[in-house]
Amino acid sequence: MSFQIIVFYSFAAWLIFSALMVVSSKHSVKAALFLVLSFASASAIWLLLEAEFLAISLIVVYVGAVMVLLLFVVMMLDVDYAALRQGFVKKLPLALIISAIFLAVLYGFITSGQFSSDAYPVPQAKPADYSNIKALGRVLYDEYVIAFEIAAVILLVAIVAAIALTFRGRRNRKTQNINKQLQASKSNRLKVISMKPVIQETENANPQAEKKDAEVVPGETSASGEAGGDNESEGNNKTASGKEKTS
Amino acid sequence: MSEGIFDVDFMAWLETGAWIVIKILAIMLPLILAVAYTTFAERKLIGYMQLRVGPNRVGPKGWLQPIADTVKLIMKEIVVPSGSSKTLFVLAPVLFIGPSFAAWAVIPFDAGLVLADVNAGILYVLAMTSIGVYGVIIAGWASNSKYAFLGAMRSAAQIVSYELAMGFALVGVLMCAQSMNLGEIVLAQSGGLLQWFWIPLFPLLVVYWISGVAETNRAPFDMAEGESEIVAGFHVEYGGMAFSLFFLAEYANMILISFLTALMFFGGWLSPFEGYGWLDDITAWVPGTVWLLLKAAVFLFGLIWIRATFPRFRYDQIMRLGWKIFIPVTLVWLVVVAIWIKAAIWPFN
Repeated sequence: MSFQIIVFYSFAAWLIFSALMVVSSKHSVKAALFLVLSFASASAIWLLLEAEFLAISLIVVYVGAVMVLLLFVVMMLDVDYAALRQGFVKKLPLALIISAIFLAVLYGFITSGQFSSDAYPVPQAKPADYSNIKALGRVLYDEYVIAFEIAAVILLVAIVAAIALTFRGRRNRKTQNINKQLQASKSNRLKVISMKPVIQETENANPQAEKKDAEVVPGETSASGEAGGDNESEGNNKTASGKEKTS
Repeated sequence: MSEGIFDVDFMAWLETGAWIVIKILAIMLPLILAVAYTTFAERKLIGYMQLRVGPNRVGPKGWLQPIADTVKLIMKEIVVPSGSSKTLFVLAPVLFIGPSFAAWAVIPFDAGLVLADVNAGILYVLAMTSIGVYGVIIAGWASNSKYAFLGAMRSAAQIVSYELAMGFALVGVLMCAQSMNLGEIVLAQSGGLLQWFWIPLFPLLVVYWISGVAETNRAPFDMAEGESEIVAGFHVEYGGMAFSLFFLAEYANMILISFLTALMFFGGWLSPFEGYGWLDDITAWVPGTVWLLLKAAVFLFGLIWIRATFPRFRYDQIMRLGWKIFIPVTLVWLVVVAIWIKAAIWPFN
């Protein structure tokens, strides 16, 4: 029993345990997390097979991206778990029959000799300078380049189809117009005007000034309106015109 | 235990294991110290940038501040909120900090000075930085708090988007270096300042650097924390050491991104004056590790500077930057670089 075998069996045990927990855990988020764990253990087993590129891509692609998106969705689902569990006994016989058929098929496959240890001899350890990235690249881009490109096109079709299915045309939405925001500059929002310094006369000037404020001449308001911003013109008018009078 | 179960030499096995543990400690302990003093440097630098003094009370000129902070955080109680998923709540900080330390295994500090000389080094680093998001998501979900959950959702969307741009930027690097091994990438840049990859890969460098800021959830990309909108985001329910693990991991990630930028675009441990006559001669005594540390320090300073300068992005701006600007830029530049390499024009001749 060498070190590799200990590692293999421990990760295989983890893989089986987490795969079982995926189907049996009560909460869907926990099930998704166990799926992550099973990916991680599978990638550790691939590492043992010296398929380091595939093992790390499994982590990058499935653990790092796909499962994050899946978790994203699963966490936002509002599932009524009690309702899901109803009728378990009633549906049990059918479920048992289906799983028995599935088990029989699996058993048939496994015992057919295709998966026996004769069909899969123990892989020989590669030399230390062997790069399976290069080997994989050669296989993908030389030998099977057409199949690879076809797979890529099929994926592209799937992407286009998914977008076409969910895209419902332009709706009347209040979205941010980023171009407009980026083109905004200080000069069309802000205007600096030169004004005389304002000296407030506190006590006796106030009642008179307020009285005059009420009967502002229209010409005056439009003149001071230019000074203030467009939206807050009303407030600005009053203070500006009030200040003009006190000065 | 009967004989024959272990056909390996048990003592040799133990010795190898002990050496690996010693090497790990030799990376981890300086790293943790660096993390502690990065927090200090950040507070001081941002203080000076905002015309303040920063921490200056504990120890001479405040130099013992990080130690005081650590002691304070260790003494504090960890409160587990009611209705939270307790196992996951405790597991989340561990899942966040684990990958951010594990990624250091493949970082070469000098020629041959690396814990694990992995062929697919770049890919391993990418995998480790992308696993870190689970800590954030699980923390947000397990806290059973709306703010934490919002932070986790934001972070998940952000990290997935920026990981793509980051991955494409790394494809450019491995095209130039013809290798995924970080040591070989550095060696492919030998020949002085102008042979480093920052010249042919300048757009990718910018994309990588900014995506790095986004991946570490630092300002201006700290949507996941967003203290003015969602309190403190995903770690709002964490206190004491549980919180400080998140904190530690964030700074470890910052240092990691700085090191990776130095390694992949700025020649790692190589001297900038390589092949420059007398300049090379008078700097020949400087060990490679010092060059690497200096380069990394520059980028670390940049990260802190960015935080002090820019206001936080809006969520839709972050998504637009990631998907509509960075990914097209990287895709176009990959084609440019491919043609550049095939045409064998400088510096690929």
